[in-house]
Amino acid sequence: MTDLTKLTIAQAREALKNKEFTAIELTQAYIKNMEAKRELNAFVCECSEKALEQAKLSQIKIENGTSGDLEGIPLGVKDLFCTKGIETTACSNFLKGFVPPYEATVTSKLLKAGANFIGKLNMDEFAMGGSNETSAFGPVVNPYSKDVKLVAGGSSGGSAAAVSANMCAGATGTDTGGSIRQPSAFCGVTGIKPTYGRCSRYGVIAFASSLDQAGPIAKDVRDCAIMLKNMAGYDAKDATSVKVEVPDFEKFLSGDIRGMKIGLPKEYRVDGLNEEVVAYWDKAAQMLKDRGAEIVEISLPHTKYALATYYIIAPAEASSNLARYDGLRYGNRVDGNSIDEMYINSRTQGFGKEVKRRIMVGTYVLSAGYYDAYFLKAQKVRRLIRDDFVKAFEKCDVILTPTSPVAAFPIGDKKMQEDPIAMWLNDIYTVSVSLAGLPAMSLPIGLNKDGLPLGMQIIGKAFDEQRVFEAASALEKQAGFEGVK
Amino acid sequence: MAVDVDTVKKIAFLSRLKIEDDSIEATREEFNKIIQWVDQLKEVDTDNVEQLISVNENSIQLREDEVTQGQCSKDILANAPMKEYGYFAVPKVVE
Repeated sequence: MTDLTKLTIAQAREALKNKEFTAIELTQAYIKNMEAKRELNAFVCECSEKALEQAKLSQIKIENGTSGDLEGIPLGVKDLFCTKGIETTACSNFLKGFVPPYEATVTSKLLKAGANFIGKLNMDEFAMGGSNETSAFGPVVNPYSKDVKLVAGGSSGGSAAAVSANMCAGATGTDTGGSIRQPSAFCGVTGIKPTYGRCSRYGVIAFASSLDQAGPIAKDVRDCAIMLKNMAGYDAKDATSVKVEVPDFEKFLSGDIRGMKIGLPKEYRVDGLNEEVVAYWDKAAQMLKDRGAEIVEISLPHTKYALATYYIIAPAEASSNLARYDGLRYGNRVDGNSIDEMYINSRTQGFGKEVKRRIMVGTYVLSAGYYDAYFLKAQKVRRLIRDDFVKAFEKCDVILTPTSPVAAFPIGDKKMQEDPIAMWLNDIYTVSVSLAGLPAMSLPIGLNKDGLPLGMQIIGKAFDEQRVFEAASALEKQAGFEGVK
Repeated sequence: MAVDVDTVKKIAFLSRLKIEDDSIEATREEFNKIIQWVDQLKEVDTDNVEQLISVNENSIQLREDEVTQGQCSKDILANAPMKEYGYFAVPKVVE
């Protein structure tokens, strides 16, 4: 039999329906792979037994014709999603041992569609990081690593690595400033951050609430469409989820982009940008042109302020959200002589370095005397950044950019470790989109001279994931990228 | 705006985090680097610009404030590091 883990979700779904193999065999194949590749450190919790039980139930549904859209498909879940009865830690020591008594809306939708969760995936602690190195469980190893172990990207590093190494058919991720797109690019897989408000944030452990969005990481564009359709939708439990119809994204994969206008932001072509990244960006634009699209230059004038804006707003929201970790109701508790001392001891022991850094920065920019100069200022610049996109979309339908200015770098890279700002600069192409709340997909375009994947990002208008899928689908067909599969 | 040691200590307390004495200076330096870096926003003219609180400003949903679930104190207490008599337990706060 062929290796079942190499199939896409669409292929596996078809084969299950045609009785070529059973949901149990499919799950077994993924579990075997998950166990064989433990050295990648992608999973922080394996749910093999539960998954096999679930596969048996799925098989019955397939046989009696009552199967859901994702019936029997083995997925991995980022450890930021609360999963009922399954330990959920956000990869923080603070939450070790936390077992949620409820299920996140996004994962409950996937379960309802028949998906089968085979484990929880590694990530940067509380999703704060761009290399998965801030995880309390240690870094994820990029499946493309050769002699030197490379990062998988972050914060959804486990999700991207696991999909890339065929340890699960698809995975959930979350994206606050690039956490779905950047690891997808580093690991040669496809991921989409939908429009802010498209997916419910209920049960997703909060980092920066005005930016956080859930989305899929999968083997190709079609699988992202299948997964997103089963994750999105208004939810009364999240007042920021938006009441709009969820289109059948699979209907937008023809790759026919004749007449579509593709914008290239001139401010993204910064001096000193890696030559291979530039070359692939030009090549991608040419590929879309070859399929009948029109390329237009656009301007996003406030681009250079996006990172500073993001690194005020995201830490501010994080400092507020993470105030809930007080050692009282769940998670780590270290006693002290007073209640304040208990809070301080519990938090100091439970949080890692990057999380503490961001809580401190966030507390500072929100504190009396600095609020107007930093937080309020950033909120205003955020509007200018968003308005840049609104204006740009008067001239184009989607925007094409690289996902990241670099490919995967070595784990423990000295420069990145010593200079937090150097690490943050990797988010340069992803944070503006997050601040504007727009949908954006990263898909692999090719390998650099070191054999490492580079990703392209396609940005759409708010709630116009459809055209993102159309353009991504055209680019995917044209690029013909072959993963590690 | 340069941040001094006292400010770092104050911010740490507000954050309910402890910084060991021997790492305060390093924290201060790193903090200053970050603050100086975000200070670049001062260049941007934001007169007459409203702050953006939510990207979906016009579609925030309101609902009735009704009880939708309840009777689940057991679930809520299940992860408590310390509980007594059906309550979360804290160190003594009143003498």
